[in-house]
Amino acid sequence: MSEPLGPGTRRPPGGSNDDEVFFPDANYTSPSVTFLQELPSYQSILRRRTSAGGTQDRRQNNHGFAKPPAAEKRNLVEGTGVESEAVVRSIREYALNIPDKRRLRDIQEANVKYLSGWNQWKQTRNKSWKKFLDETKELSSYLELWRNDIHSIEGKFGTGIKSYFSFLRFLVLLNFIIFVLMFSFITLPSTIPQYGVLNSSYVKVSPKGVEPQCSIYTISGTKGLVYFYTYIIDLLSGTGFLEMTSLFYGYYRIDMVHFSAIKYNVPLAYLLTTFVYLSLSLIWIVKRSVEGFKQSFVREEDPFQSYCNKIFAGWDFCITDLNASQLKHSSLKYELKTDLEEERLRQKKACRTTEEKLRIYCLRLFLNIFVLALLSGCFYSLYRATVYSQKNISNDSSKMTFEGNLFLQYLPSIVITLANFIAPLFFSYIIKFEEYSPAFEIRLTLMRCVFVRLANIGVLLFSLGNQIVCANEEKCKACGYNYKLYPCWESRVGQEMYKLMIFDFIIIFAVAVFVDFPRKLLVTYCSYKPIQWCGLQKFQIPENVLEIVYGQTICWIGTFYSPLLPAIATVKYFIVFYIKKISLMHTCRPSKKSIRASSSNFFFLVVLLIGLILAFIPLGLSMTHIRSSKACGPFVNFNSSWDVVPHTIRGFPTALQKILNGIASEAFAVPFFMVIW
Amino acid sequence: MGGSASQLPRDLLGEYQELTFLTKQEILLAHKRFSELLSKEERESILQKRVPKSKILSLPELRANPFQDRICRVFSTSEDGNGSMSFEDFLDMLSVFSDSATSEIKSHYAFRIFDFDDDGTLDKKDLEKLVNCLTGEGDETRLSESEMDQLIQNILEESDIDKDGTINLSEFQHVISRSPDFARYLCLHCLLRCLTGENPALARQGKLASG
Repeated sequence: MSEPLGPGTRRPPGGSNDDEVFFPDANYTSPSVTFLQELPSYQSILRRRTSAGGTQDRRQNNHGFAKPPAAEKRNLVEGTGVESEAVVRSIREYALNIPDKRRLRDIQEANVKYLSGWNQWKQTRNKSWKKFLDETKELSSYLELWRNDIHSIEGKFGTGIKSYFSFLRFLVLLNFIIFVLMFSFITLPSTIPQYGVLNSSYVKVSPKGVEPQCSIYTISGTKGLVYFYTYIIDLLSGTGFLEMTSLFYGYYRIDMVHFSAIKYNVPLAYLLTTFVYLSLSLIWIVKRSVEGFKQSFVREEDPFQSYCNKIFAGWDFCITDLNASQLKHSSLKYELKTDLEEERLRQKKACRTTEEKLRIYCLRLFLNIFVLALLSGCFYSLYRATVYSQKNISNDSSKMTFEGNLFLQYLPSIVITLANFIAPLFFSYIIKFEEYSPAFEIRLTLMRCVFVRLANIGVLLFSLGNQIVCANEEKCKACGYNYKLYPCWESRVGQEMYKLMIFDFIIIFAVAVFVDFPRKLLVTYCSYKPIQWCGLQKFQIPENVLEIVYGQTICWIGTFYSPLLPAIATVKYFIVFYIKKISLMHTCRPSKKSIRASSSNFFFLVVLLIGLILAFIPLGLSMTHIRSSKACGPFVNFNSSWDVVPHTIRGFPTALQKILNGIASEAFAVPFFMVIW
Repeated sequence: MGGSASQLPRDLLGEYQELTFLTKQEILLAHKRFSELLSKEERESILQKRVPKSKILSLPELRANPFQDRICRVFSTSEDGNGSMSFEDFLDMLSVFSDSATSEIKSHYAFRIFDFDDDGTLDKKDLEKLVNCLTGEGDETRLSESEMDQLIQNILEESDIDKDGTINLSEFQHVISRSPDFARYLCLHCLLRCLTGENPALARQGKLASG
């Protein structure tokens, strides 16, 4: 070990200029240190530091160690001897260079010899455990999906865009786990018995209390002459031959699977797995965001040090690309300038006259009314489109042309996409007149866009639900739902979600290929002024995140009605990752308005959480309040899906039953979802 | 690099693992990268050699960094202050910039990097240089004088707690500890992960083409 020592060891200990800078003179810092310790924020830092492994006193050690690296070895020995904790702490956490650390370690090792056998053993155990942890961590990092892709993106475009891609990766993983859950607990048990491996019993419709017409369920389009294009339509819209596959709810008609002595209750498993995947998503997101929440709530919005954040933590050292660094320079400059500008504006605003104030408030009120009108316009047209397409799909699909049929199937998706495209354009135009501060402008526009995206899904589901339940009408009396239009309404909801997901994917793909790519070609090879002025497509993180959160919300809602939807979502996001990566690398330029990593992570997860809550509501309502189909699915014998739980409880011992009955009532189910927050 | 590069002795590797935040793989990679900066003859005794600053700065990871000079100066243990680096200095630098380094360490070194005149405090001149580094060195990219004054005034108002007109280490760490982005930004892990080939630009292009 003595032979290959670096040249650093030749350096006179503690003599270099750097060290003095690095460990400012104790006399100099001490007054301010004591002063700082009075601050509440400093106290909280202390707390954080101690919780992070007792590192707080390390700093004091550093000051002590710094001056006498070798000359006062004895001091060091005493110092480490007193604090046995300091020995346990890893040496690498000292802010020293390697030769100094090496010396420090030698001292510590010499010190260890004076300890009792027990302590010695404890320390070696600690050390080897740490080493083991390091090695497993290193190994597991190889298993990370897209590790290199994400790092190269980070190097080229900075941490903000990288966080978008990590978010995408997280969703791929989440969907894959949900898929594994659904597949192993629902699809597999229902499929195996069909091959005669295990015994099973199908659901038998009990004749009493059910009108015969409720249980008629024929799939249109499977008989007679079948054109090729109907296959395509079926594939794209989940009808026909796809309707009775394991993709949709209607396929799962098995009641019990007998596995030697064990009875596997499929309806119960179906319901429980749904709860499991929802709560798993919830827990996972919350767990992921705990760190982000803490940072964002406690620190990010600290108005007293926004400039310090920008200056001291402004440069993204991960950037390795010259162009990216140019961009970062200009975005930082832009940010600083706007901040200073904003400050001046604020001062101006303070001396605004009453008249001006009144004018602005009136204008804002008017514009907000306009926004509301725009939104209700979107929602109404979506409602009409859904009703129209639902009515006509079931009527006479065989008579229609290929294009007409496809258009009809996808009408709601098209309207949603149009609304998602048009509304943000208006929002970003309107916001200029409202004279908010620049930071608030961005946030408000974003919140409006989130609202449009997610409310669109809500409106679609609402109109579908209206069609299914058709309150107070004759045709729903018999079964509790519109059995003529929807013999198996759960499958139909699943189909709608399936279509939305497919269409969303097609749009993402088409925009990349038919918009971004030609634009890139035009900008590169055409020197016509207006085209050059338009420039390349900007990669806007918020819009892109909204896009994938929208897809994820659809997936969460649809998984109950179409258990294999997560598999499609996994594949979809997997491909989307590459589409986005290629379009970012080759056809887009990053937006000048940079988005900071911390705030963006926070924003992603908040929007995702809103999406998840949105998924809870329709699922909870449909499970408890709408009668389950009598013609298909595992819940034929139950009034609603939720009824499977009380039914199971009836099989429990009476004492347990009484306790559970109170909890498992329908009145509890809906509030449960609310209270769980 | 074939067999021409001398291998890192096992016990030394273990020692570096203990003393830095780097993993075994990363240390080996760093060794390889460092030996690429040396000429063929020098590679025989890699641990005794120093690489001049100009070569360190030619690394693509530092090329785009406005603080490249400061980084070299801070991590160099060279006696004559020319910023040349030994292998252990190089490892030190990578360790501080690695993902697993504590933000405590990172803020320590960030302070030294930002302290342009090496006097132990960040004064107005240091801050001005820092801001210029951030916005770009060119004349047209700089902030105007009044903007700069306003900005530095704001920074000092936010962070100079004892009101002596400069920011010292403890004030700096106090401010930094409340900045959510800091630890995330102060990393250079691409140095160790993305690029492994001798010509990084080629390696990247190759990866793109295949990806």
